[in-house]
Amino acid sequence: MNLDFTPEENAFREEVRAFIKGNYPASLRAAQDAGGQLSKENYLAWHKVLAKQGWVAPSWPKELGGTGWTPTQKYIWSEELARADALPVLPFGVSMLAPVLYTFGTDEQKKRFLPGIYNGDVWWCQGYSEPGAGSDLASLKTKAERVTADDGKEYYIVNGQKTWTTLGQYADWGFFLVRTDPDAKPQAGISFLLIDMTSPGVSVRPIITLEGGHEVNDVFLDNVKVPVENRIYEENKGWTCAKALLAHERSGIAGVARSKRGLEKLRSMASTERSDAGGSLLSDAFFRRKVAELEIDLTALEFTELRTLAGESSGKGPGPESSILKIKGTEIQQRIQELALEAVGHYGAPFLRDLGHNAQIGPDYAEGLAGAMFNGRKTSIYGGSNEIQRNIIAKMVLGL
Amino acid sequence: MDFNFTDEQSMLRDTVASYLADHYAFDQRRAMLGKEPGWSPSIWKAFAEELGILGAPFSEEAGGLGGGPVENMIVMEEMGKALVVEPYLGTVVIGGGFLKHSGHAQASDLIGQIIAGEAIFAFAYAEPQGRYNLADLKTTARKDGGSWVLNGAKAVVIGAPYATHLIVTARTAGGQRDAQGVSAFIVPKGAAGVTTRDYPTVDGFRASEVTLENVKLDAGALIGPADHALPLIEKVVDEALAATCAEACGVLRKLHEGTLDYTRQRKQFGQPIANFQVLQHRMVDMFIQVEQSISMTYMAAIKVADDAERAKACAAAKVQIGKACKFVGQNAIQLHGGMGMTDEMAIGHYFKRATMIESAFGSTDHHLARYEFLSLGQAA
Repeated sequence: MNLDFTPEENAFREEVRAFIKGNYPASLRAAQDAGGQLSKENYLAWHKVLAKQGWVAPSWPKELGGTGWTPTQKYIWSEELARADALPVLPFGVSMLAPVLYTFGTDEQKKRFLPGIYNGDVWWCQGYSEPGAGSDLASLKTKAERVTADDGKEYYIVNGQKTWTTLGQYADWGFFLVRTDPDAKPQAGISFLLIDMTSPGVSVRPIITLEGGHEVNDVFLDNVKVPVENRIYEENKGWTCAKALLAHERSGIAGVARSKRGLEKLRSMASTERSDAGGSLLSDAFFRRKVAELEIDLTALEFTELRTLAGESSGKGPGPESSILKIKGTEIQQRIQELALEAVGHYGAPFLRDLGHNAQIGPDYAEGLAGAMFNGRKTSIYGGSNEIQRNIIAKMVLGL
Repeated sequence: MDFNFTDEQSMLRDTVASYLADHYAFDQRRAMLGKEPGWSPSIWKAFAEELGILGAPFSEEAGGLGGGPVENMIVMEEMGKALVVEPYLGTVVIGGGFLKHSGHAQASDLIGQIIAGEAIFAFAYAEPQGRYNLADLKTTARKDGGSWVLNGAKAVVIGAPYATHLIVTARTAGGQRDAQGVSAFIVPKGAAGVTTRDYPTVDGFRASEVTLENVKLDAGALIGPADHALPLIEKVVDEALAATCAEACGVLRKLHEGTLDYTRQRKQFGQPIANFQVLQHRMVDMFIQVEQSISMTYMAAIKVADDAERAKACAAAKVQIGKACKFVGQNAIQLHGGMGMTDEMAIGHYFKRATMIESAFGSTDHHLARYEFLSLGQAA
């Protein structure tokens, strides 16, 4: 047991910190500072820089473009990204689809799809949830019927509706769970399909969320023709892919480095804000206690994550314990957002989204805090709600 | 002991509820908020003329319905259920409160105008540095012969864009946070030197940053005693707190009912999700929070008229309400799942209002500290 970083690890930290500082796109920084919706170009600018450097997908196998970093190096990397307020690399291609592809895909599929993911040339989106299939994902109804077309090739004809598709408005391709055997047990009749979003019959409709943003979408599939070679893994074995993907989705969700950065910002805000007595808000007995409790909870989460990482490096994959990271990680993120909103008092109320960042109502750090807090409620819902995560722990860890 | 409403009070509730059901449905509200001016003068006119509710807490001699805090509670709870943005709180409760309690020379005139729907008030008390301390004032008012001259900046004045009058708190003597030296003024919004920067709030209201630059007012602008207005301000803010608690009860009831309805309809794993015990217990805990909030709101409405008990009662009620708004609001979204995150469902809009009520007229921490002080005295 020890917590020290080696001199090599410290040197690594210096290296990545300098790289981020020297290469983070100025246009993206400006767009982030301005607040509001980021463009597709904004999202991709940083991705392309990292792809060029070879750091866009640290976790992939080395031969496919991974960095071969140790878990400690990956941990340092995520800390430095958070410290710099760098935009996270979009997860859909790099960390959600790619592991499915390199675990279950054919060589041809890997060759066809992994480079576009790596380089950011192809934007991927996820088609999992449906209006009637959320927590109970296996009850999904989107139907894919296999037919032989006039050209003699085999296709799936896909019909149905997907929902909560994040940033689907920018997507070139999507990975979808569809039902290929309506008579099998729910989990047994599902296949994993890659669908070109420009295919005839695909339409994307925005869902506006309560803070006013456009992040998620409905995706309608109306007689969409998908070549059979776009199926990953065996027909009716898509649930195996989905489960692997969800475990990956959960392991990144703790967001410890981001929460540390959030707490730093909270402390800085609370030392500028005044308490009722006129001192800094951070000197207010009630407020400082809440900050302290949050820091302690975050430390507990950090060490739980480090234990999980250590387990991974000794060969254990992310198991159902990662549900702990999801539950605690999202609860902590939400509490930081609540406290930040609380810290700015009256200036949590202005809604400046449509007025632009030049509106300058109240302190600049107050802008968007309410929206972030409202939007942040999604984290305990998505990726398997926190109630579902507790079911997973009860069943898989405690054996209840 | 009697927690029943009189026939008149029940009628008042029914009148407001049925009007709002017809004219303030979720979609009607949303369409109205989406365009300028962001509130409905015609609904306000109907409140005055058709419903007559703008006189609810005023005496019959003044042209009102002869009610008081209980009538405000009834109206505000119904406003909460419909998420009404029209300024009953700022005008009738706060503006009317200052006028009633101050014995101001123009009180009966202005109260008449309030009841008729002509005078609309907004309360400019907060300042950028002051947090929830009502005495933390950098805005100054100085005597200039027979006039007052006001200078300063007021923060997030809810309802100012629709107001005809502002009640402005200002320092006339003493240091920045002294209890002594605080005064209040009625400032016509059109007075020379008053400028506003208007914006929407996250929960659908409109507010302004108000700047006062050498605003010259005649002697009659002073409302309440010069230098010693803090007790009056605290009394009116407590009345506003009691009314806001009532509004919150309306919001909380809707959050809870909406969640019950949704979980009964929403099916996953082959059954309504309301069947799952973990969700049942959550909804029971929400229900308990709603009931405790209603109880504390009744308590505050009764005790707000008693100067000896008022402050402690209102602080306690706001602590309960603040906690309930957080718990019930957040869990309502959680139990709606993704649907709770959408702008098209009403539940998110109730959640946003509940979140803003948490900090209205002082956060939970503010009122907990206030309660501690009032109940336990200064810490040793």
